[in-house]
Order: sequence, then C-alpha cells, then structure tokens
Amino acid sequence: MKIKDDESMNGNGVGIIGYGVYIPRFRIDAEEITKIWGEEASRIKDGLGINEKSVPDIDEDAATIAVEAARNAVAHSGIANPAEIGAIFVGSESHPYAVKPTATIVAEAIQATPNLTAADMEFACKGGTAALQCVMGMCAAGMIKYGMAIGSDTSQGRPGDALEYSAGAGGAAFIVGKEKNEMIAEIKHTCSFTTDTPDFWRRPGADFPSHGGRFTGEPAYFKHIISASQMLMKETGIKPDELDYVVLHQPNGRFPLQAAKMLGIPVEKVKQGLVTPMIGNTYSAASMIGLAAVLDVAKPGERIMLTSFGSGAGSDSFLIEVTDRIEEKRARAKPVQSFVSDKEHIDYGRYVKYRRKLKSL
Amino acid sequence: MRRVAIVGVGMTEFGEHWEMGFRELVAQAGLRAIEDANLAGVKIDAIYGGTMAAGRLIGQEHITALIADYMGLNPIPATRVEAACASGGVALRQGYMAVASGMHDIVVVGGAEKMTDVPVSDAAVALGGAGDQEWELFMGATFPAVYALMARRHMYEYGTKEEELAQVAVKNHYNASKNKYAHFQTPISLETVMNSKMIADPLKLYDCSPISDGAAAVVLAPMEMARQFTDTPIEIIASAQASDTLALCNRKSLTELRATKVAAKKAFEMAHITPGDVDVCEVHDCFTIAEIMAIEDIGFFPKGKGGKATMDGETALNSTISINTSGGLKGCGHPVGATGVKQAVEIVWQLRGEAGDRQVKNAEIGMTHNVGGSGATCVVHIMRRAD
Repeated sequence: MKIKDDESMNGNGVGIIGYGVYIPRFRIDAEEITKIWGEEASRIKDGLGINEKSVPDIDEDAATIAVEAARNAVAHSGIANPAEIGAIFVGSESHPYAVKPTATIVAEAIQATPNLTAADMEFACKGGTAALQCVMGMCAAGMIKYGMAIGSDTSQGRPGDALEYSAGAGGAAFIVGKEKNEMIAEIKHTCSFTTDTPDFWRRPGADFPSHGGRFTGEPAYFKHIISASQMLMKETGIKPDELDYVVLHQPNGRFPLQAAKMLGIPVEKVKQGLVTPMIGNTYSAASMIGLAAVLDVAKPGERIMLTSFGSGAGSDSFLIEVTDRIEEKRARAKPVQSFVSDKEHIDYGRYVKYRRKLKSL
Repeated sequence: MRRVAIVGVGMTEFGEHWEMGFRELVAQAGLRAIEDANLAGVKIDAIYGGTMAAGRLIGQEHITALIADYMGLNPIPATRVEAACASGGVALRQGYMAVASGMHDIVVVGGAEKMTDVPVSDAAVALGGAGDQEWELFMGATFPAVYALMARRHMYEYGTKEEELAQVAVKNHYNASKNKYAHFQTPISLETVMNSKMIADPLKLYDCSPISDGAAAVVLAPMEMARQFTDTPIEIIASAQASDTLALCNRKSLTELRATKVAAKKAFEMAHITPGDVDVCEVHDCFTIAEIMAIEDIGFFPKGKGGKATMDGETALNSTISINTSGGLKGCGHPVGATGVKQAVEIVWQLRGEAGDRQVKNAEIGMTHNVGGSGATCVVHIMRRAD
C-alpha cells in the first residue's frame, strides 16, 4: 500500500507554525530516592530506564510551566500579534485549580486576550494531544487563524510508590495554523483509540493518584499505543520504514522502546524523541516534549509519527511531515536539549519541600 | 468404598487474565474438563469448588452456587470448600469422598482464584488470612515473612544455602517453560534469583510464587463407569488430609510441616506404596523453602538433605524423582484456590503420557501435595494409571 494523497487524509492542510517547551531545572537522581526507600538504585534505573527526573521549584506549577512553554512557542512561531491566537487549550492532570482555568492564565500572560476561546483539558497523560486535535479542527474549519495546544504537568507520586521515580514536571506548547509559508511541519493525519480502562486515576481531594500496578502496562499503555499507531498506519498507508522518527508516550524509559519493537520500528527512530530517562515522565507534556526534541533536529521532508497515551484510557496518533520552513525558524527555538542540560541536582529533603509532600507545611 | 477415577481434566492458562472474571475462568476450565471427559449428555451429580478468598478479592461469596447457575447446572448441589491455599486439594478430596461413598457418580471439582483485580497490597492482606490473624498478620507478619522464618531456621539447623533455595526456582521456571499453561514461560538463571529484590530475608522475589489468575477442573467417576468416558482413567489410590496449628509460634519445629508428614504417611499406607515408588510429584512450593521442606517431609529425601538434593539435580525432570513438572506454584503460577486442582490435572497428564516436552518417562504413580497457609492444612493424593 502506498502513502495516501492529502485528500484522503484528515489534516486538511493544518500544520505546526511554532513550538516551545519548558522543563524546570531541578533534578533528583533515582539513586537519591532509592536511599530513602531501601531500594537498589541499579534495579530502579535499569527497570524503569529513568536516571533522574525534573522537579519544579516551590513557586512553579502546571500554569507557570504552561506560560513558559507558551512564550517560547510564540517567540519561535514569529507571530507578531498573539491576539491572533483564537483558541488556547491546556491539557494537564495537575491544573492548580479544580475550578478556574489554567488556559486563561496562559492567554493573559502571552497577551492573547480577550478575543479568544480558552479551556482546560484533562485526560491523564494525553490532555495535550487532545488539545492539539481540537485546535487542528478549529483551524481547518476556519473558526480561528491560530490555535495553541499545551500539555503541562507537575505530576504527583505518593512517597515510596514506584511513581516517585518517574513523576516529573514539564510543559510543551504547539501553535497550529493553516498558512503554508509559516508552517514548519504539516500534520497530515490524526486518529484516536479510546476505551474505558481504569488503569490509573485520582479522586477529587486525593493528594496522590492510584494505579493498577502491572495493569497499567499490557491492557492499558501497550494496547492503546499499539492500536492507535497501527490505525494511523492503516489509515494513511504509511509503513514503519517510511517514518524517520517515532515519538511515543514515555511513562518510563522502557515502555516506548518495547512498544516500538512491537510495532516493528527500529529503536534508532525512537531515541531522539525519548527524553523521559533524563527528565522523568512529564505526563501531558511527555510525548509533546518528545516531538519538540525531534523537531529540534528534523530536516525538511522527514516524517514523524507521534502517539500519545492517557490513562483511562486512550491514545492519539499523528502523522507529521516536516516542511522547508523548519530551518529558518530553528534559530529562534530553545531546544529541548538546552533544558535537559541546564540542571541542578537536589536531595530528597529539598525535593519533599518543593513538592509540598511535608504535610505540616 | 468405591474406587474413584479422574476421567477428564482441564485448566485455563495461569497468569494475568485482565479480560476474564472469576466466572469466565471457571467456565473455561470446567468446559475443557467436561470436553476432555466426553461428558456430553451425561448428568453431573454435584460440583465442589475450591477458592480461598473470593470474598476479599472479588467481593463475591456463595461462589459455587453462582458457578452452578452460570454454567446451567442448577439444581445440582454446589459446595464451596475453603482451606486457604489448600482449598483446591481439599475440594478434590470432598469430591473423591462423595464418589467413593456412593452418594454421587459424576462429580466435577473445580478450583479458581481471580487475584489481579485488586492491588498487590490487598492481595497480600487477603492471603495473610491463611495464617493466624491475631498472632501473625495483625503483628505485621505477611506470608513471605512467615516462610522466611522457616527458611532461616532450616539454614541454621541443616546448613541449607540460599543458592539451594534459588535452585528450586531455577528448576521450576525451567519446567514452566515447557508448559504452555504456565504463568512464566522463560527459564531463569541462578544469578537472576540471587540478585532479585529482597522480600523477607533470606527470601528474594524469585523465591516467591506469583499472584496469578486461573482455574482448573477435574471430572470424577466411579472406577466401574470410568471407561465409558476415557481409555485412560487415572485412579485416585489415596486421599489423606491433616491439620496443624495456624500460628508458627505454637509449633515444635519450624523446619518441618507436621501436617505434611501425617498426611503423606497416611496416603502411602492407603496406597500400599512407599515414597520411592512415586515417579512424579507436584508439591506446594509457595516459596522455594516450602519445596525443600516438602520433599523432606514426604520422605523423598532425609530431613536436611532437600537443599543438596535439589542442587544435585535429583528433583529435576526425569531424575531421581521429578518434582513440580508443571513448574509448580513458583513457575506455573499460584491462583490460590486453583492450585490444588491444577496439581491433579498435571499428574493426570503425566500418567496419561500427555505432558509433551516435560513428560516423565514411564510415569506410573503420581502424587499431589497441597498446603494451606504455612502448614495448618495439608492434603495429599496419590494416583495411578488404571490400564
């Protein structure tokens, strides 16, 4: 089967005109956490494929991180007047308010107010890609000129839980538009695979999420990632060897490599977009930061498959093709690697303070 | 008493059955056993079901009546049997006695547990109920801790080494790799076991049986009717059961299970055989130390020599005595209530010569050893090929 022509795909000429990320600079090494809980560092690092994770400062939350990423995206896009952004959706599972949008904070901060629509989304780790699909549709329909989709999280893990080694913090913002001469990458097609699968959840008022342990793997992550990716390949006619990069949701450093193997995709195509080993799982931002890391180096004409995963559960898959414009905007991007390298390690004491895990605070 | 034969067996794959509930698991195992026995059109007189903790694990009591209902077997008698991890073996014994006594002719015995619907911590608490709540679990001693105490004492008294415990796991995972029904399909090395995470010193992760879902079933018939259903009936030539204190602190010895010794002795007397006559035996290896104690207490090896015998390969497939050809609880998995019945299924396959790559050559006599908790119940069955 050959790759289908644009008319048979559902992207309708919409593409990415700018992106930006933000990752807090503090890191905690997995070894530091293992010391507290009597685990063996090598077993955790090998088992999860995570060496260290990002930790937000005490005054950072999903809103401030979203704002930083959004500002970087606007700068990268070259949009002179952010008021032309007609929609901002922020996907997160750690919105600072239960009621009161994060998206309005972002809109105000980047001076996109007041003539726009804004809303928050939540779908565990895939709220950001769901937002991306929404702004794609609005752009394609002509409702808006530009739309911004953000994934941002300061995810939680109960002290001592396996999540404590992985739950990181970070954000990514993508601006979508329809003008060909502004586009750094065209989103050719998207599709989703969604079921009601309770693998991971957090009740109102609960400080930490609950999860189904091993149930979060095969019937949740792998089933949805594989199904959505295969659906995308079937609907577009693209084959693994026609893809230059593949970015998969990365709750740890191992799952995306296993999933790639199951999809028949060589590990080399996954590595560039795999950032979790250095910064942990940034939840709604994880696959989007991975995409940004790929766009940081991608060349015109290269093809990228992005598949997110959110517990609960669902996956959104995208086929993205890089355009000629990517090179000229590259100088304005703050590459993912610059955030990964700019870091300061903290001990468990500062970590519990910054993450407000001390109940007496 | 009438002679009793097993005329059909079936089981589900053991493992994580995310998409199957308790009743689907039982139905699959039950239907496989019924098909195996060619029971079509024959009236089933009663069912006995072994399950340990359905109430805690899936919130459902009255489980065997539910199964009778679900499988369209109403209004026949349906009885649940609970003896912790020996629930399956004790259910088999109840079925055996019902047929032997002449009360029933065709009896289906099932065992099942659905364990992966709850977090591991909840499963551990449910399993902890097999010990003495007031003296053990309430004080924080979960099952790995209780068996760790036994392992430590065995090491102290007999010089048993951690590597010898580990070898039990290596052997059982190897056997499991030849059993398509087993939870674990991959052989492991001694280093893997020795380097695995410490659970309760000296027991490491790979010294412990896993939490599994699964079900197993057998069809029993009086010997005189058995050949209507199968050309290879397997006769149950002994059934014995014994009990002991639940709390470890009330026992005279930490290095033997008295219930195993009593039940095995009775069973050998009933079958008129000695341990040396047994070709293949499924023992209750919930932890690696449990297999070492079992092969000593049954009488396959002298007390204190089980570890060395294991290290020397005497319990491997087709050696001195083939122990846990299915992979045991360690390799095949341990859906608690299903285990005792699964042991019988494995022995039937071995005695019929249907065990494939893990077949014990010329297997004539087989044995099952199923323990509840840390040894407060032990039930033993001995079987022989009836042709």
